[in-house]
Amino acid sequence: MALHFELVTPAKLVRSEAVHMVVVPGAEGEFGVLEGHAPFMSTIRDGAVQVYKTEGGAPETIAVRGGFAEVGDNGLTILAEHVDED
Amino acid sequence: MASLKELKGRINSVKSTQKITKAKQMVAAAKLRKAQAAAEAARPYAKRLSDVMASLASKVSGDDAPKLLSGTGSDKRHLLVVANSDKGLAGAFNSNIVRAALVKARALIAEGKDVEFYLVGRKGRAPIKRAFPALVGTQFDTTDVREPGYGEAERIADELVEMYEGGKFDVAHLFFSHFKSALTQEPTQQQIIPVPAPETAPVDTGAVVEYEPDEEAILEELLPRYLKTQIFGALLENNASEQGASMTAMDNATRNAGELIDKLTIQYNRSRQAAITTELIEIIAGAEAL
Repeated sequence: MALHFELVTPAKLVRSEAVHMVVVPGAEGEFGVLEGHAPFMSTIRDGAVQVYKTEGGAPETIAVRGGFAEVGDNGLTILAEHVDED
Repeated sequence: MASLKELKGRINSVKSTQKITKAKQMVAAAKLRKAQAAAEAARPYAKRLSDVMASLASKVSGDDAPKLLSGTGSDKRHLLVVANSDKGLAGAFNSNIVRAALVKARALIAEGKDVEFYLVGRKGRAPIKRAFPALVGTQFDTTDVREPGYGEAERIADELVEMYEGGKFDVAHLFFSHFKSALTQEPTQQQIIPVPAPETAPVDTGAVVEYEPDEEAILEELLPRYLKTQIFGALLENNASEQGASMTAMDNATRNAGELIDKLTIQYNRSRQAAITTELIEIIAGAEAL
């Protein structure tokens, strides 16, 4: 059970990996995406994306600005204009 | 016949020119690699965004569609966005782009449309101003940045959207050089506003996609971003093309300088030999006279 997660900015592909869960700061509230999530599209507000590599593990946070998230058959894709990695 | 000293001076001057062109060629080759890598890295984002755009644009249509997608309903006033470089020494790179833009401008004027130019980069200004002094509008300055990045694309796109929403123009075309290979660059024009629907057919997965907020709101937010990506892509292509063109032009210049040096050296050696022969003849003639 792994979710394919991609984080892309105009300059490069920041992440492309299999993770357990990602919590996305959606424009209308945060939402968590697990494997098998229904197709979904949302704009996201500026904030932190939390990436849970394993169940129950500590999340890794990535600050994004100006973004957009898409959940499809091939996992979660976040398109962000700016990414500040810790 | 030039004197020996003059010839020597010319050989030296051509040699130092050759040094410069050779250095510029190597710099361009190194920059080209970097520019190509940057263009490569920008592709995933552009690809995904245009996929999303395609699937959204097919859902939102008719009167609900934002103005950036559907247009203002008129096509009277055209804005030609011409992206050039700031530096020369790149062969016909800049003049090719300018020529494409001028051809388009003349065609539009012949059709009775209004034309305005929006210039990016320094090298396009002079020739376009010469051809259409009254039509040059905004000039976007990129001289203070080493390589065009997303920040520049963002500012250009914001300015364009502002002008569009202020009702300054109806259609915008972008002129840049498409990077085919280090040897060939193709001046390209592309309509950017109203945003043309991406050509990739949306993949119908059969699943119902949920939108948050609704499709129109997402599309509204996505369109300016799409525009930015398009301009960013064009700037990257342009940068790669410039380096490619520069590399080719400088390679030619280096080779020409080499040929010229060879020719001048032969001429120099001949003159020197002629001088020696004359001197010998004089000495021998003098000795015989005694």
